[in-house]
Amino acid sequence: MSLRPTLNQWFRFAWPPFVAVLFFLTAWEAAVRFFGVEAWILPSPSVIAGEASKSAESLWMHTLSTLQLTLIGFAIGSSVGLLVACVLHLVPLLKSALYPLLILSQNVPTIALAPLLMIWFGFGLLPKIIVITLVCFFPVAVSAMDGFAQTDRTMLNYMRMIGANRVQIFRKLEFPHALPSLFSGLRIAATYSVMGAVIAEWIGAQKGIGYYMILQKSAFRTDRIFAAIVIIVVLSLLLFLLVTLVERLVIRGGRRSGNTEGGELR
Amino acid sequence: MSKSEKENRRIGRGAEAGSESDAPIKLELSGLHKSFGSKRKPLPVIGGVSLQVHEGEFVSLIGPSGSGKSTLFHLIGGLLQPEQGEIRLDGRVINGERGHIGYMPQQPALFPWRTIEDNVVLDHEVNGIPRRETLDEARRWMERAGLAGFEQAYPHMLSGGMQQRAAFVRALLSPHGLMCLDEPFSALDAFTRSEMQTWLLDIWEETRRSVLFVTHHIEEALLLSDTIYVLSGRPSAVLRRIEVPFPRPRREEIAESPEFLALRRELTGLMKEEQRKTRSSDISGIL
Repeated sequence: MSLRPTLNQWFRFAWPPFVAVLFFLTAWEAAVRFFGVEAWILPSPSVIAGEASKSAESLWMHTLSTLQLTLIGFAIGSSVGLLVACVLHLVPLLKSALYPLLILSQNVPTIALAPLLMIWFGFGLLPKIIVITLVCFFPVAVSAMDGFAQTDRTMLNYMRMIGANRVQIFRKLEFPHALPSLFSGLRIAATYSVMGAVIAEWIGAQKGIGYYMILQKSAFRTDRIFAAIVIIVVLSLLLFLLVTLVERLVIRGGRRSGNTEGGELR
Repeated sequence: MSKSEKENRRIGRGAEAGSESDAPIKLELSGLHKSFGSKRKPLPVIGGVSLQVHEGEFVSLIGPSGSGKSTLFHLIGGLLQPEQGEIRLDGRVINGERGHIGYMPQQPALFPWRTIEDNVVLDHEVNGIPRRETLDEARRWMERAGLAGFEQAYPHMLSGGMQQRAAFVRALLSPHGLMCLDEPFSALDAFTRSEMQTWLLDIWEETRRSVLFVTHHIEEALLLSDTIYVLSGRPSAVLRRIEVPFPRPRREEIAESPEFLALRRELTGLMKEEQRKTRSSDISGIL
């Protein structure tokens, strides 16, 4: 049960999707060449790669800007989500009052709110952070609250019987018990936050991958848009992996998803 | 309640059976009543239970299923308030007060993210005793419980019996004088269970803590206890109090003595009758 899978294991897991992607790219390349599709409609992978390496410097600058925005937004959004979950869990009346509203709020599309936020808060960092926070906060809050609510009854009973107070029960039992659930929320929020950052940049920014996409769209540079999409995918993936890595460091005692429970030893 | 007290019988008390009755009373329940359900239609669960646990005495509670044994523990633990009656610990009324007992639940309820060592000292932690003051004692008892070498292991790496032993050590290390054990072996297989009983017998005779032990296993109660209280079905009251005459230290072999068999037969008969009564009253309740 080592934390790191061996190279051999990794290879066994990695090669099927790797081959699938390779196959897909080859088919794409062949189709574009065979049918003679115009580059402004659908550029071939090789053209996209060539363009990406040519404008690598500018792409890197925009990527860094988006990454920075994403990380700040993700940190703030997740913290707010976790804080809301804790408060609502500890004050049941507040939870019954606000939980339905919380669910309802998710029916408001963020992209519709973004222009409003620009009007209210200008074109600085603040409205963009708010967009990402809105996107991140929900999965974190809901998964944390679910985790708190699903605390093991026998453990809860034990803590009460030995006279633990509300704060002790929360700190020593409910919070650590909710960590796996919280992390699955964080994983979702991590990928959402990249999307949130790009949307925020579409609406109003002077740099960033979202801004770059808008710029290239008006120039019909489909190849560059594709390069931007690839970068967005890679960013999402990296953030997802980062959260998974932190989860592995934080969660102890064979509770990670995928670990079978109760490996017996006599 | 006085009726059931009058019915109490003393069965052939052995000279070595200990002088529990001379020891001060650790826990005393007098005339406890508790019902659930609405005010208009209350469902009485505990109907006047009175019992005593002396200092250093091992007391078992047995009764038919659904006789409110867990409710009784929740009353003692302060999770519930009795409608009537008193719970006294060391002479002080503790109705509805929490944090006065050590507790071992049916399931081990070890926290999966804590090592065995950290689990075992949890009760101390909750009671605000610094870890370094307890770790030595904890390690000693873990070794005694056959958990040496597993201090840093996580609960899922241990067998069911080992987990229960860890849960027992956790309750044993509790800074409170009274240990409440709630059917601690009911989830174990028969072989592990009998192994655990012998182990518990050994370790208890060494420590002589005051224990209140809930079980529905008659032989287990006879093997381990100084005193057995038989509870009736709902609403439960003490049906009979039996002092177990076998001398200590006890051996498993007493289970083959004629005296043991006679007591077992008597208790089995009592329980069967209660179970039948409970069932027929449940049926008439439905009709």
